[in-house]
Amino acid sequence: MRYYTTVSALAVLFLFPLLWSGWASLEDPGSYLEMARYGEGVGVYAANSVLVSAMTVTGTLVVSSLGGYAFARFDFPGKNLLFLVTLAILMVPYATILIPLYVLLGVIGLQNSLVGLALVFVMFQLPFALFMMRNAFEAVPRELEEAALVDGCGTFRAFRRILLRAVRPALITVGLFAFLASWNDFFAPLILLNDGANFTLPVAVVSMTQQTFGAIHYGMLQAGVMTMAVPCLILFLVLQRHYVRGFMSGALRG
Amino acid sequence: MSVTLARPRSGPAHRPGPPPAPWWRGRRAQGWWYAMPTALIVSVLFVAPLALVVWMSLHRWPLLGPARFNAPDNYIKIADNPLFLDAVTFTLKYTVLTTILLSGLALGLALLVQERRPGVGFFRTAFFLPGAVGFAAAALLFYGMLNNDFGPIDPILQTLGITDEPVKWIGTPDMALFSTIGLVLWRFAGFNMLILLTGLQAIPAEVYEAARTDGASRLQIFTRITLPLLRPTIALMLILSVTGSLLAFDQFFVFTNGGPDNSTVSMVMVVYRDAFFRFDLGGAAALSVVLLVALVLLNVLQMRVLRGRGR
Repeated sequence: MRYYTTVSALAVLFLFPLLWSGWASLEDPGSYLEMARYGEGVGVYAANSVLVSAMTVTGTLVVSSLGGYAFARFDFPGKNLLFLVTLAILMVPYATILIPLYVLLGVIGLQNSLVGLALVFVMFQLPFALFMMRNAFEAVPRELEEAALVDGCGTFRAFRRILLRAVRPALITVGLFAFLASWNDFFAPLILLNDGANFTLPVAVVSMTQQTFGAIHYGMLQAGVMTMAVPCLILFLVLQRHYVRGFMSGALRG
Repeated sequence: MSVTLARPRSGPAHRPGPPPAPWWRGRRAQGWWYAMPTALIVSVLFVAPLALVVWMSLHRWPLLGPARFNAPDNYIKIADNPLFLDAVTFTLKYTVLTTILLSGLALGLALLVQERRPGVGFFRTAFFLPGAVGFAAAALLFYGMLNNDFGPIDPILQTLGITDEPVKWIGTPDMALFSTIGLVLWRFAGFNMLILLTGLQAIPAEVYEAARTDGASRLQIFTRITLPLLRPTIALMLILSVTGSLLAFDQFFVFTNGGPDNSTVSMVMVVYRDAFFRFDLGGAAALSVVLLVALVLLNVLQMRVLRGRGR
């Protein structure tokens, strides 16, 4: 009984902030309307966030599934070097890479662009995604694709028709992580986007708070927090099993 | 023809090999084609910027206008940057405090929900759920919750008789630091708990049973079995926590905004301010290079100390 008292008290502590924020935002539903009219209108920021997340998820899935296939099934010059360099992304501080990226994206014409931001997110996701996908392809029995190859399929058709289906759980995990990272990230869009109309939700809501500093309408603040948090909470609750699995195979590597 | 037909059919069916392919379609080359998008992204968006940041750090590189070679001025300047030196001290203090408290809390939570019993899944989810919320959103949430004018925490504490008047949650340097640590604990404890749970579940149940038959106490089991076997997992958690804390940005930018009085400015915040408020990209690049070198060295050292002896 003492056990359940302890864990319940802790659970209340952990859940209270979320519940309060949800309740405070609904106390005066007008705050959602007020937030909707702020700046360019919250619809614009939400659309930007959706667009960036969609591009990040698609990009990460395409690049990491092709790459994972290459690393699991083929030998090519530079294979080990490429894998090591990709994993090295994890070692480099965010700020160290974003300052030059700001300059570099300007040179290739992607400054202040949602496409550029999504590409940067794909890069940050690659170490985990590539590692996950390589392991997933390695776990698929070779006979499965050999049968297809013998039947005259090219490797790409075997990949698309047979292997992708076999690694679907890993694809869901990689996609979920890519979504959560790109939807929630604050630092990269803060640096890479400088036009209010292009802001993603986190940057827009934070600047909304800091500009109205002091005179902040608290319902509006909580409405902003909930708009950002609810999609993640729902996705997490639905795909929890995939999240934990990705965690175990990805995090235990260290 | 006739020779092939005459072969005994008992052996494995001999498949006709594919016709010899041109070099760009051979198996090695095919591997390259599949790895090409990865190689492109990694070289253009990671290797090139890494080289560029070093190059930039050797130049006077304003946000607008031409760059001029000035090495090693950007590096020498770091020594006279009081904001950065203060930030180093502050970030180290924050890192030590956060890492100790976070690991302790995460270990406690993991031990609480380690065993299967009714309802344990709910509690695991409850502890982890804050981790699904974005960090910037979590910081805003705490900003609202601890606000003296409308936040719920002050009234609750006063009703319970714990405090008499509103607490200056982010009004003094020490309180700002502790409130931030509270935010980080709330957001990341579940995440670290999950790491530890994966390690705990890898310890075979027989080991515990053997210890119990030998009459070991609960404390003995914890210090002699659980902790040593958990060592690699704890090492991973510590490395992630130290790295994450040294690079702290969102929590201070959003929650305390560096205040009061620049007392909660982290190292990465100085990099950001140098680049985008003082328009000195060269200086910011030099700071980032120093940060990168320090971090890589620290990680290597940590792995040696924490894992080398453990194995």
